[in-house]
Amino acid sequence: MDLSAINPVLLVASLMVAATPLLLASIGELVVEKSGVLNLGVEGMMITGAISGFAVAVETGSPTLGFVAAAAGGALLSLLFALLTQVALANQVASGLSLTLFGLGLSALMGQGYVGVKPPPTPKLDIPVLTDLPVVGRILFGHDLMLYVGVAIVALVWAVLKFTRAGLILRAVGENHHAAHALGYKVVRIRTLAILFGGACAGLGGAYISLVRVPQWTEGMTAGVGWIALALVVFASWKPWRVLLGAYLFGGITVLQLNLQAAGVAIPVEYLAMSPYIVTILVLVILSADKSSAPASLGRTFHASH
Amino acid sequence: MIVIEKRPQPSQLWSVATPIVAVVATMIVGGLLFAALGKNPVEAIATIFWEPLFGEYAFYYRPQLLVKGAPLVLIAIGLSLGFRAGIWNIGAEGQYIVGALTGAGVGLAFYPLEAWYVFPLMVMAGALGGWAWAMIPAILKVRFGTNEILVSLMLVYVAEQLLASMSLGLLKNPEGFGFPGSRNLQSYPSGHNAELIEGTGMHWGVVAAFVAVIFAYVLLNRHMLGYQIRLTGEAPRAARFAGVRPARLILFCLGLSGALAGLAGLFEVSGPSGQVSIDFNVGYGFTAIIVAFLGRLHPVGILLAGGLMALTYIGGEIAQGNLGLPAAAIQVFQGMLLFFLLAFDLLTNYRIRFAGKEVA
Repeated sequence: MDLSAINPVLLVASLMVAATPLLLASIGELVVEKSGVLNLGVEGMMITGAISGFAVAVETGSPTLGFVAAAAGGALLSLLFALLTQVALANQVASGLSLTLFGLGLSALMGQGYVGVKPPPTPKLDIPVLTDLPVVGRILFGHDLMLYVGVAIVALVWAVLKFTRAGLILRAVGENHHAAHALGYKVVRIRTLAILFGGACAGLGGAYISLVRVPQWTEGMTAGVGWIALALVVFASWKPWRVLLGAYLFGGITVLQLNLQAAGVAIPVEYLAMSPYIVTILVLVILSADKSSAPASLGRTFHASH
Repeated sequence: MIVIEKRPQPSQLWSVATPIVAVVATMIVGGLLFAALGKNPVEAIATIFWEPLFGEYAFYYRPQLLVKGAPLVLIAIGLSLGFRAGIWNIGAEGQYIVGALTGAGVGLAFYPLEAWYVFPLMVMAGALGGWAWAMIPAILKVRFGTNEILVSLMLVYVAEQLLASMSLGLLKNPEGFGFPGSRNLQSYPSGHNAELIEGTGMHWGVVAAFVAVIFAYVLLNRHMLGYQIRLTGEAPRAARFAGVRPARLILFCLGLSGALAGLAGLFEVSGPSGQVSIDFNVGYGFTAIIVAFLGRLHPVGILLAGGLMALTYIGGEIAQGNLGLPAAAIQVFQGMLLFFLLAFDLLTNYRIRFAGKEVA
């Protein structure tokens, strides 16, 4: 065992990379849940985004187009969820599950020709002087653009929810859909838009895994990240900046256990690989005592019958 | 203008018709999907639904129907009880793995002793393993109010790692020349879940599945606890006033579904699969969710749905061999089925009217 092989600067830099898929997926799901909808299909939307982004990036040679396609793919799949829950008034838990099952199958089908293919590299930011700074240069200024986009989306969601009228309406719909309806807001339309935003974010997160983090395509490669993202929203008590904190925390655990595996710690690999999931459970237990911040209409079907 | 109106009572007719309509719709859209993949849609659908039952080699495939259907029905019956009460155990896959591990572990501990009591002990250990794995989300939910959906699902990934660790370590075959995987229980008569009647596919797991269907039917229709489960699902507030204790219900529903999933795992590992190996689990725990909904959370419905789902598995394998249809296409097909089911379920609870302009 050689712990000195773990370089703290590299650790923090790779922590941020590991956290970004989680961050993107959770911030999207946060908006969805703020509107009062529980979409359990994050895993399915992520993996669909992962393969759509991967396929388009490989075919066009442009990672940027890949990310655009990933967002579109995730949003398209989430549209199915919106149809089921908002138009057909189906149970949200069941619909979300079906979205995940369907997405896993669909992505495997789409990805058949892409196993073992290398995607075009996503360029890293390289600002003269800044990136070359010792320690902070690598950590703050040495990543690909998507990582910063992720943080920017968090800031944007925070600002919109806190300071704008649109954010207020979204929260009103999530807290009490009947009251919002009575005030004349289009509950179904607002929720559909929120679901689409969540789908696009999850798609981006998935593509970040297949294009930047791994980068290659394998079936089921999201391996539960979508589910951890759902847990993260609870962890963050539906607050955007806490999503960022939580994502980096989980990213840290993931990277640390990988580093410990590589350093040859005396704990078997399988038990280290379990740790992110076990930590998620522990965090859920600690935080589940306080449910006061959950949107009041979360998971309830809205039908304007009166 | 189309108006969706809530029915005062769910429609009995549509409740039965929805799964059938959903299956037909899935066949049509699935056919289009297969056509898009460059296969003859009619031939593909016929291969999946007709070939295993009435085709040339049906004598080989029909027993498979029981082998594949039994774990699905067994798990789905357990899940349906919880789903009815709004308790979402979606980690059956993990409970299935752990049941197989504990059951096979007990069997392997006795190896090479030949005795009548080995198999019953394995069955008990399997059920207990699945039960214990499901008790983790149950107790956390009851004690701390933790979301059982997320916890039970996280435990699937933990169980998969545990499976890898066991098949490479503790349960590895000492005479396996270093290959991963345990001893094959098929060659250990006392621990083998053999076919009860040669060539039928009928093993103890199939018997257990039928018993579970009957048990669930009686529980739901003739027993207080079953009534409480139904009441909690349909009117949670009324249930609380009627003195239903939610904690007890959560422990019961999650525990039972875990035990049944564990049993399914044990019967699989000691029978058709034979050994603990890294890729032992094939997603029965997730497909069972589709089975439970397709069967309308009703025991008899689940039995039929389990058969249909087993058919798509077997037919899908044939289509893979004969037509080169990718395995993932069948997974999409199964996912689509659940989509259509949920969508058409609208007609059970709501009525669609074509009305004139609405006067507010």
